[in-house]
Amino acid sequence: MTPLLELDGVEARYGPVTALRGVSLEVGEGEFVAVLGANGAGKTTTLRAVSGTVRRSGDVIFKGAKLPRRPDATARAGIAHVPEGRGTFSELSVWDNLRLGAYTRRGSLKEDAQRVFKYFPRLEERKGQQAGTLSGGEQQMLALGRAIMARPKLVLLDEPSLGLAPLLVTEIFERLAAMKTEEGMAVLVVEQNANLALAHAARAYVLEVGRVVVTGSSEELRANESVRRSYLGY
Amino acid sequence: MLVAAFTWTEFAQQIAAGIREGAIYAGLALAIVIIYRSTRVINFAQGEMATFTTFVAWSLMNHGLSFWTAFPIVLALAFTGGFAIERIVIRPVEDAPVVTIVIVTLGLALLLNGLTSLIWGGGNRQFRGPFSTRTIDVAGVPISVQDIGIVAVSVALVALLGLFFRFTKLGLALRASALNPDSSRLVGVRVGWMLAFGWGLAAMLGAVAGMMVAPVVFLDPNMMQTILLYAFAAAVLGGLDSPIGAVVGGLLLGVTITLLGRYVGFVGQTLKLPVALLLILLLLIVRPGGLFGSVTVRRA
Repeated sequence: MTPLLELDGVEARYGPVTALRGVSLEVGEGEFVAVLGANGAGKTTTLRAVSGTVRRSGDVIFKGAKLPRRPDATARAGIAHVPEGRGTFSELSVWDNLRLGAYTRRGSLKEDAQRVFKYFPRLEERKGQQAGTLSGGEQQMLALGRAIMARPKLVLLDEPSLGLAPLLVTEIFERLAAMKTEEGMAVLVVEQNANLALAHAARAYVLEVGRVVVTGSSEELRANESVRRSYLGY
Repeated sequence: MLVAAFTWTEFAQQIAAGIREGAIYAGLALAIVIIYRSTRVINFAQGEMATFTTFVAWSLMNHGLSFWTAFPIVLALAFTGGFAIERIVIRPVEDAPVVTIVIVTLGLALLLNGLTSLIWGGGNRQFRGPFSTRTIDVAGVPISVQDIGIVAVSVALVALLGLFFRFTKLGLALRASALNPDSSRLVGVRVGWMLAFGWGLAAMLGAVAGMMVAPVVFLDPNMMQTILLYAFAAAVLGGLDSPIGAVVGGLLLGVTITLLGRYVGFVGQTLKLPVALLLILLLLIVRPGGLFGSVTVRRA
């Protein structure tokens, strides 16, 4: 079976600084995949290379076709990227943020909005509120809600746990796993919290200075001595 | 220094005239704000763009079209022109320093002004507006049909724009592009086209302002220059990034300078502009962001 997303020897740079030195990875249809690594290993850049928000070389293949290096085209192809900092439109209302999530498709938003509100009832209560006034957890919910409004085939998530209380993080990840199954979408998540990511992901890649150093199923990685010591902390 | 005899009827008439003038400033100020919000560019060519389109309207009417037939044609042309100017002239300097872009819009203003004179010649001419100048009685105050018409058209335009920005997908994408271009791209918005669309809308607003003011001031290649100054003042007064501010600022400025010119002896017709700018300066000392603008707070 051909994978939904395939990166083959992808390199990326910010000006003179090389961030990715030939990353190859795959995400299958409906699969939950995690990218782990320390700060500066290239996790965020991997997602940015997919959505075309960083200068890249090498092939990024989605649904069997090469993706153009333009974020708006990536979105229209069916990839929802929730970036670092969640990409909230803080000055706009919660509802307008959700409307923007559905920008790439035609037709009524009602049914999709109802699905979002089923996952995150809090968003319905705060529908008319300015998104910037939401709490961090609520903004993360909004970011996920905005992503599924597009009915994506693949969601790219950058550090969903960042800055959130542990209890809230668990809740967000559980909701994410439910969304993945019910919406039939694949998830590629970048996460500092390796324990949490491996608890939900089927497979993971470990990055070190712009290269994939270890890959395997979540069980394999948990059993891997060096991964355990460096990233899981036991 | 004598202050002329005061009657309430005349006061009401002055207010009405002020609102009419303010409506024009508001339209042009709104155009400035729409462009500023999305591209952080002050478009110094806004006035000359309006003048050019008004001359096009004049030509169409000389060829036998009625005002209201020419009106939508001119709006469509203005939109296309504004859109094209962004794509062709502004796009290449998009990432250049602000000063560069300012010079480009100034150059554009000079170019359009020269082009207008070249095509239609200098000097002023009569522009037959759509509204009659006779007065009708509104609650005991005689007000000209033209004033009412200008205000009505401006109000309708602002209301339509408001609905467009609030309720349509395109309007939402325009707002989103102005607020957060990176996130907008990630949800699939073609931000570059949205910026051009904003210029198109602004050119349309300018065209309406031009066609509304030309019957009052005579049509002339330089007719929008003072008006543009007032519109800038109105936009700053309202807060450069607030569309509501532009409208309120325009109306407030229109009424204030009309009343100043009429009732404060030493101001008269000649000192209206400097006195109005002085008042705005004082307001900005108290509220640096203008009436409705957002203030960026930065740590020292």
